[in-house]
Amino acid sequence: MTDLLDPPVQLPPVPPAHEAIEEHGHDEHHGPTGILKWITTTDHKVIGLSYTITSVIMLVIGGAFAEILRAQLATPNGTLVSFAQYNELFTMHGSVMIYLFAGPFAFGALANIMVPIQIGAPDMAFPRLNALSYWLYLTGAITMLSGFFTAGGAANFGWVAYAPLSNSVNTPGAGADLWIGGLLLTGFSAIFTGVNLCATIFYLRAPGMTMFRMPIFTWNMLVTAILILLAFPVLTAGLIMLYCDRHFGTHIFSVQGGGVPVLWQHIFWFWGHPEVYILALPFFGMATEILAVFSRKPVFGYKGMVFATLSIAALSLGVWAHHMFTTGVVLLPFFSIMSLLIAVPTGIKIFNWIGTMWRGEIWFSTAMLMAIGFVVTFLIGGLTGIYLASPPLDFFTHDTYFVVAHFHSVVMALVLAGMGALYYWGPKITGYLLNERIGKLQFWFLFIGTQVFTFPLYILGLEGMPRRVAVYPHDPQWKFLNDLSTFGAVLIGVSTILFVVNVAVSWKRYPAGDNPWDAQTLEWFTTSPPPHHNFYRLPQIRSERPTWDYNHPEHRSLGHGTHPEEHHDEVSSS
Amino acid sequence: MRVEAKVLLGLGLFFGLMCAVYWNWSLENAGGVMMFAGMLLCFLPGSYYYWWSRRMRARPEDDPNATQGQGAGFVGTFPGTSIWPFTLGMGAFFVVLALVFGIWFLVPGLGLVVWALLGGTAEGRRGGKY
Repeated sequence: MTDLLDPPVQLPPVPPAHEAIEEHGHDEHHGPTGILKWITTTDHKVIGLSYTITSVIMLVIGGAFAEILRAQLATPNGTLVSFAQYNELFTMHGSVMIYLFAGPFAFGALANIMVPIQIGAPDMAFPRLNALSYWLYLTGAITMLSGFFTAGGAANFGWVAYAPLSNSVNTPGAGADLWIGGLLLTGFSAIFTGVNLCATIFYLRAPGMTMFRMPIFTWNMLVTAILILLAFPVLTAGLIMLYCDRHFGTHIFSVQGGGVPVLWQHIFWFWGHPEVYILALPFFGMATEILAVFSRKPVFGYKGMVFATLSIAALSLGVWAHHMFTTGVVLLPFFSIMSLLIAVPTGIKIFNWIGTMWRGEIWFSTAMLMAIGFVVTFLIGGLTGIYLASPPLDFFTHDTYFVVAHFHSVVMALVLAGMGALYYWGPKITGYLLNERIGKLQFWFLFIGTQVFTFPLYILGLEGMPRRVAVYPHDPQWKFLNDLSTFGAVLIGVSTILFVVNVAVSWKRYPAGDNPWDAQTLEWFTTSPPPHHNFYRLPQIRSERPTWDYNHPEHRSLGHGTHPEEHHDEVSSS
Repeated sequence: MRVEAKVLLGLGLFFGLMCAVYWNWSLENAGGVMMFAGMLLCFLPGSYYYWWSRRMRARPEDDPNATQGQGAGFVGTFPGTSIWPFTLGMGAFFVVLALVFGIWFLVPGLGLVVWALLGGTAEGRRGGKY
C-alpha cells in the first residue's frame, strides 16, 4: 500500500496499453470529418452525444404533445383537437417519453458516455454494436413518429396497446404498424446497449477497480443492463405476436380464434414493469453521484445502495400484474406483497440519499438543486405508488388521474435528476459549463411546475376523473383543478425553454477545466472533453472515489478492500 | 470474476424461488414461463462466470491492490471508424418499413443488411481503420 501513500506526482505513468491505443488515436485527425465522421464514428462519446441530442429533442417533442393535451383539458369541452387527434396525441406522448426519451437518455446517452470513463475503460466493449444501437434508435424514432404523416394518423391505442383494441379491426391503418415497427427497432437498440454495458462493466474495468469500487451510477447501469436483457426480448416477442394477429390471421390475442387478450397484458407488463426500473435506476444513480459530490462526502451506505439496487432488480420480475389488478384474473396477494416489498429497497435508497447529505458541506449548485428536487418529487411519487400496490385502493383509483399523477410524479422526478446530470456531466462531455443563474431559474420552474402539475391530478383522480378523456363534465372544481394542472404544465414548458436558452447562452462561454466540481469518481480525472480512448493516465484506484483520493491525499476515503488498520486513518481524518 | 458470477447467480436463484412460489400458487402459465426463462437467462452467463472464476487467477480489475502497470498489454481492438453499423441500421430500417408499406422494401432492406454483414465481417478480419 506504499504507492497509495506516495505524493500524487509519483503516480505511475500511463499504462502501456493506453499509450498504444493513444497512438492509434492520433490518426483520428486523418479520419473522416463532418457528417461522415458522425455517420462512421464508433467512439462511445460521440455516439453518446448523438443519443443525448436526439433524446432531448424527443423530450421536447413529447413535451409539446403534453402541452397540447393540457391545453385541451383547460376547458371542460375543449375543442383544440378532435377526439381522434387527442387519442393519437396521448398515445404518442406516452410512447415518445417512455420509449424514445427516458430509456435512451439514460442508457444510450449518459451511461454510454459515462460508464466506460467511470471504470477507466478506453471505449465500450463493442464499439460498432454501440453505433448500430444508435442507428436503430434513430430510425425507430423516425418510424414511430412518421405515423403522423400517414392518412390514418399515428397509433391511437394508448402507449400500452391493449388487445383487442390494438387488433386490425379496431385500429386499422399504417400508424399502428409504424408504432410496432418503431418499437421493434428501439427495442433491439436497447438490447444491444444492454449487452454492451454488461460486457464493458464485466471485462474492461481498470486495474484495481473491483466491483465494489465502481461508482453507484455504474452499478445501477449494470443492473439496468441485466434488466434490459431480461425484459426487452419479451416485448419484442409480444410485438411480433401482435403483428401476426394484425396481418397474418393468427389469434393469439383474440377471443374469437381461441386466443387470450389478457396474455398481451401479461407479456406487455412483464416487460413494462421491469421497464419502470430500467427507467428509474439510471436516474437513481445520477442523483446519487450528484448528492455525494455536492455534499463533499462519499456515498452514505455504499454497499447498502448496491444491494438495494440488486433487490429492486430481483423483485422487479415479480410485480408486473399490479398493473392488471382489475382484470380479475391475476393472483392479487402475490403481486400486492411483491409490490409492497419494493418499497423497502427504495426506502433504503432514500434514507441513504439523506444520509449522504447529512452533515455534508452542501454546495447548492444547479445540479444539486435538481438532485434534491428529484428526492422530494420521487418520494411523493413513490409513496402514492405504495397505495396503488394495495388491490382495494387500486380498484378504486385504477385508470383515474390518480394513477396518472402517481407516475408523473415519478417520471418528473427522473426528469429533474436527468437535468441535474446534464448540468453535472455536461462540462465533462463538452468542456464548457452551463450558466448557473439560468440553471437555478430553470430548476425552480421545473420543480414548482411539477408539483403544481401533479397535485391537482391526485385530487381529480380520487374524485373519479378517468384518464385518456378529451372532455369532462362541467364542474367548477374540476375546471379549477384542471386549469391549475395546465398552469403547472406551462411552468414545466417554460423550464424546458430555459434549458434550451441556457445551452445557447452558455455555448462555449464558460470553460470548465478538468474537474470543476472537485468530484470523486474516475471520469473527472481525465480531460474535459476526454481524449479519444478516454485517458492519458490513470490514478491508483484504492476506493470508490479515486479522483478524490488523488486530489485530497489528506483525507482519503479508504473504501472497501483495504486493510482494517487503515480504517483508523479514515476515522481520524474526517 | 467472482462478484460478477454471484450477482447473476443470486438474481437467477431469486427468480427461481419466486417462479416456484408463483407458479404453484397461481397456476397461471404465461408469467410462470417468463419467470422461469428469466431464471435461465441469469444462470447461463452466471454459471459461465462462476466456472471461470474458479479456474483463473484474479484479474487486475478484481485485485484491490492492483497497480495501473498491471493493466499493461493488449486490451482489445477498438475500431476508430466504421460505416457498417450505419449501413446495417439503414437495412434494418427498410426491413421494418417492409412490415408496414409492402414487401418490396425488403429488396433494399435485405440488400443493405447482407452488404453490411459482409463488409463488417471483412473489416473485423482486417482489423478496421483507426
